[in-house]
Amino acid sequence: MVTIEKITEENSGERGIKTFRLRFNDKKIQNDFDFIPGQCVMVSHFGYGECFFAISSSPTKKDFLEVSVMKLGKVTSALHECEPGDVLGVRGPYGNHFDVSGWQGKNLIFIGGGIGQAPLRSLINYVVDNRDNYKDLDIVYGARSTGDLCFKSEFSDLEKRKDVNVHLSIDKEEEGWNKFVGFVPDNLLSVKPSPKNAIAVTCGPPIMIKFVIQNLLKLGFSENQIFTTLEMRMKCGIGKCGRCNIGNLYVCKDGPVFSYDQLKNLKGEM
Amino acid sequence: MEDLILPKNKLSDYINKIKSDYTIFAPIKKDELTYYSQIENPSDISLDFINSKYPPKSILFNQTETLFKFKHGLKAEISFKEFKNSKNVIFGIRPCDAKSFFIVDKLFKDDYVDPYYSSKRENTVLIGLSCNLPGKNCFCTSMDGGPANAEDVDILFTDIGDKFYIEIKNIKGENLIKIGENLFNKPKDQDKNKLKQIKKKAEETISRKMNTTGIVDELDNIFDNRFWKDISMKCIGCGICTYGCPTCHCFDILDETSLREGARVRVWDTCMNPEYTIHASGHNPRPARMNRTRNRVYHKFNYYPKNYNVIACVGCGRCINECPVNIDIIDVITKAREVKT
Repeated sequence: MVTIEKITEENSGERGIKTFRLRFNDKKIQNDFDFIPGQCVMVSHFGYGECFFAISSSPTKKDFLEVSVMKLGKVTSALHECEPGDVLGVRGPYGNHFDVSGWQGKNLIFIGGGIGQAPLRSLINYVVDNRDNYKDLDIVYGARSTGDLCFKSEFSDLEKRKDVNVHLSIDKEEEGWNKFVGFVPDNLLSVKPSPKNAIAVTCGPPIMIKFVIQNLLKLGFSENQIFTTLEMRMKCGIGKCGRCNIGNLYVCKDGPVFSYDQLKNLKGEM
Repeated sequence: MEDLILPKNKLSDYINKIKSDYTIFAPIKKDELTYYSQIENPSDISLDFINSKYPPKSILFNQTETLFKFKHGLKAEISFKEFKNSKNVIFGIRPCDAKSFFIVDKLFKDDYVDPYYSSKRENTVLIGLSCNLPGKNCFCTSMDGGPANAEDVDILFTDIGDKFYIEIKNIKGENLIKIGENLFNKPKDQDKNKLKQIKKKAEETISRKMNTTGIVDELDNIFDNRFWKDISMKCIGCGICTYGCPTCHCFDILDETSLREGARVRVWDTCMNPEYTIHASGHNPRPARMNRTRNRVYHKFNYYPKNYNVIACVGCGRCINECPVNIDIIDVITKAREVKT
């Protein structure tokens, strides 16, 4: 059981996003809870149901865990009505993770769009907290408008750092915006990251992922240098209810992190 | 433990003896169909059937199962029920249905062990009943099984006329048989011969065969073939195949609630339902009937074997018997193998 400590409204509107900071009621569980960026938890709003969310905080922060939730269906809408002090349930961590140890010493480029940034945020903060273990860090992030950009305060902190390159974008022109205007895949092309000793991770709407991967391949990245996270309707989160499969892999158990060369060979519906 | 004989007129005595310690599920007849049901009176048992309408999977994998109860609000809390571990006996289970438990064990006990299924499974003794007369759509012999296959039961009864020939497969079975000690006799040579005859005849009666050699690779090759569109044209998505299938295990989880408290409940679900995989965004990875029908066939003959090394089909033939539009799984697999790539 967890208590909501803090709710940050990332953006508002119909598909608004809120980040929930949760703390386990049992101190020992909070201390023992550990995970690797990319992993997810099942959050219960008792009476409404459960949802599978990527943990958007870094495991280097031991006092809490955060999930970033878009208001979309029954459970998420009910979650958006919650207030600090409300009690929810959390089980996990589930799923596989980003290969943070295998990627040490590499140049990292993270490309996110909209709410897809949630799992990347965990990864970014983890890398920043272990900055010396990794080489270059480029973050490409965009949303439809400035109103839709998430984690604004964190991005402005990241922009101030000399050891992180932040490349933000919005889809359409807006007054006061002097950075890239256009879709995230196009911003990626203008950033032109080198594939040498690099790993690219992308999360976001399926259409964005499709073009980002296309452009990464154009830039010379090979299939096993490209990673993404997938999502599915889930119920059990542990590979038993049969729902979230793509081919013989379950997104809850064998994912949500997949490499592009894994996905290319997977026969199944996404 | 050695083989035994139980005269048919002593069956009720045996059931009465084990009834005091075990909850007994056995086949009963209702409106000319056979179902597995909890019995109080051994005279309710009817062994005059080929196979039950629906498999006994609901005994171990309940159709509706309360996972836990909860209270809402600032002091939200959850409470799990105690696993009472009552001892069960499923009497008269057919070898194919017994094999289905062996198959779904692999899923329910994998990684995170499902305690709801496992606690029942561990505390259930399976007394199998050989099929003297297999059904016309039975094909268990093609699925690594047989009408007298005793691999997945604890005790096997075979009807050899006015008596049952009893084979005991393990300690669990032995302990259950010991309760009825003086009711049993030793088998005579003629009993053993009768047993052999009956088993042979039963196997020979099974006329339908499915060739599953290399089926995983075969299916890998034709995933995108239009064959699947053609074969699923008839399917109306009723889901009766999933309901009647002993190895189908998909489920849904729901919160049922009133003002202050409620329960999280697991219920059977069917992948044939269009909303089975629908995302909150509206995106559906399996939007067309073809996607869902193909997914079901692949789950049983390609995905499950890839994950657990066993085909998730026991050849019971229920899907063939029940399908309202006569989609025949043997036909589907046979035709799939013939697709030219």
